[in-house]
Amino acid sequence: MCGIVGLFLKDSRLEPQLGQLLSDMLITMTDRGPDSAGIAIYGPSTDGRAKVTIQSAKPAVDFANLEGDLAEAGLPARVVVKSTHAIIAVAAARLADVRSVLASLRPDVRIMGSGDSVEIYKEVGLPKDVVARFDVRSMSGTHGIGHTRMATESAVTTLGAHPFSTGSDQCLVHNGSLSNHNNLRRDLIREGMAFETQNDSEVAAAYLTAEMAKGKDLGEALTTALDDLDGFFTFVVGTKSGFGVVRDPIACKPAVMAETDQYVAFGSEYRALVNLPGIEDARVWEPEPATVYFWDHEKAA
Amino acid sequence: MDASVKRESLETMRVFDLATTPLRALNSALHAIAPGTNDTNFEVVNPRGSHAVAVGIDQPVTVDVKGSVGYYCAGMNDGGTVTVHGSAGPGVAENMMSGTVVIEGDASQYAGATGRGGLLVIKGNAASRCGISMKGIDIVVHGSIGHMSAFMGQSGHLVVLGDAGDALGDSLYEAKLFVRGSVKSLGADCIEKEMRPEHLQKLAELLEKAGLKEVRPEEFKRYGSARKLYNFNIDNADAY
Repeated sequence: MCGIVGLFLKDSRLEPQLGQLLSDMLITMTDRGPDSAGIAIYGPSTDGRAKVTIQSAKPAVDFANLEGDLAEAGLPARVVVKSTHAIIAVAAARLADVRSVLASLRPDVRIMGSGDSVEIYKEVGLPKDVVARFDVRSMSGTHGIGHTRMATESAVTTLGAHPFSTGSDQCLVHNGSLSNHNNLRRDLIREGMAFETQNDSEVAAAYLTAEMAKGKDLGEALTTALDDLDGFFTFVVGTKSGFGVVRDPIACKPAVMAETDQYVAFGSEYRALVNLPGIEDARVWEPEPATVYFWDHEKAA
Repeated sequence: MDASVKRESLETMRVFDLATTPLRALNSALHAIAPGTNDTNFEVVNPRGSHAVAVGIDQPVTVDVKGSVGYYCAGMNDGGTVTVHGSAGPGVAENMMSGTVVIEGDASQYAGATGRGGLLVIKGNAASRCGISMKGIDIVVHGSIGHMSAFMGQSGHLVVLGDAGDALGDSLYEAKLFVRGSVKSLGADCIEKEMRPEHLQKLAELLEKAGLKEVRPEEFKRYGSARKLYNFNIDNADAY
């Protein structure tokens, strides 16, 4: 059992409240997943700059003078530290250099995700503590997804927490368990994908990344996932401008969605949605099995 | 309003606000009712998707839930009348023994699962596995139902005014299924059967109990067990 939530805003006036709304949704799902929690939030794009979220087990050591060391290595960057995580903002053209520079400067830090707008925060512990640690309530953005984990397939660690990000501005949360993830991981490694964990959900994220790299949009990648992934799943997926949901054909993992003129929301249970503005008049429904739902800011515009 | 009537209604209607009162207070109050008590009308406000609202009722009480509920609402109901003025999460009226449960909105998966008696009315749609392993309950769904509904249903009736999803009645025993709309596919050993006068009569009775007197039983088709999976068949050995 896990809890997953997602919120995709249509009304930009709600953007300053995104962190607040997602935090409430996530904390309500604590009893579905008290082991770890995580959130991916798509903040406002900053002109020409890209972001990398990193995590360290020894933040006092790894994050000390990181900005200075990066500049010295020829990579001017702005570093914002949030507890065990830090956001490194660089010129978009230099994004690919961050990984290699960090590998020599700070070999122990882990890269949680990167892209133009996504920031990813995840840690072991209760959702309320994770939310407080990263001050998620103060964050604004256009859309975000979150996860509370009750571990089944791999260890309770920061890296085993969701969301998983395997491509630029892409991330995924998963409730369920995949049964063909080992085979699929081998295939994806052969295609050039890299993996940080033995977790089944990371394989699903990498699968979608690989399919989108072949030119599919999120909706098309989710459609082929229905054929290629075996097991139980409800996925909520974010891209830079998109938000998608899909459930396996058996659909035993719970899911509720709500839509108003202001937002599209996802919760493992209706309880997660009750604090959203205007929920009383929202269209509330259970997503159909083996049916892809997705929304895109760019396509809507 | 007559003063004495007003006083009486105040005395007999107990309101539980789940925004301020723990769920256990509601369920304990429902379980504490002695046979023959007059104190039988309950209203629940602000359920906000709570789990296990009004479970384990064993007296003829009336419970009105003003909003949507989470898992297992009205589970094991034995004689109560529970109305949810909203939608219900998974497992509503699971293992109902007797009484009536009405959902004004939609119901999530396995509504009425393993129910042994009573009537479950869902005015919206029901998701997958509606009436799974039903054992005597009657279920009337105004809308449509999802896949694998009435799986291994043993007895009772499932009436659907809309459509049914995949694998309706898979591995069915003797539950009787009536569907007015389309059936996406029938499960193993489930077949369409002749609608005989006794079935039309039973269906009319169920529709009337569910407040659907205007719906014509003749518009439905009946589905039931082909009874080929009841016993081991040596010809099927290769399939096991």
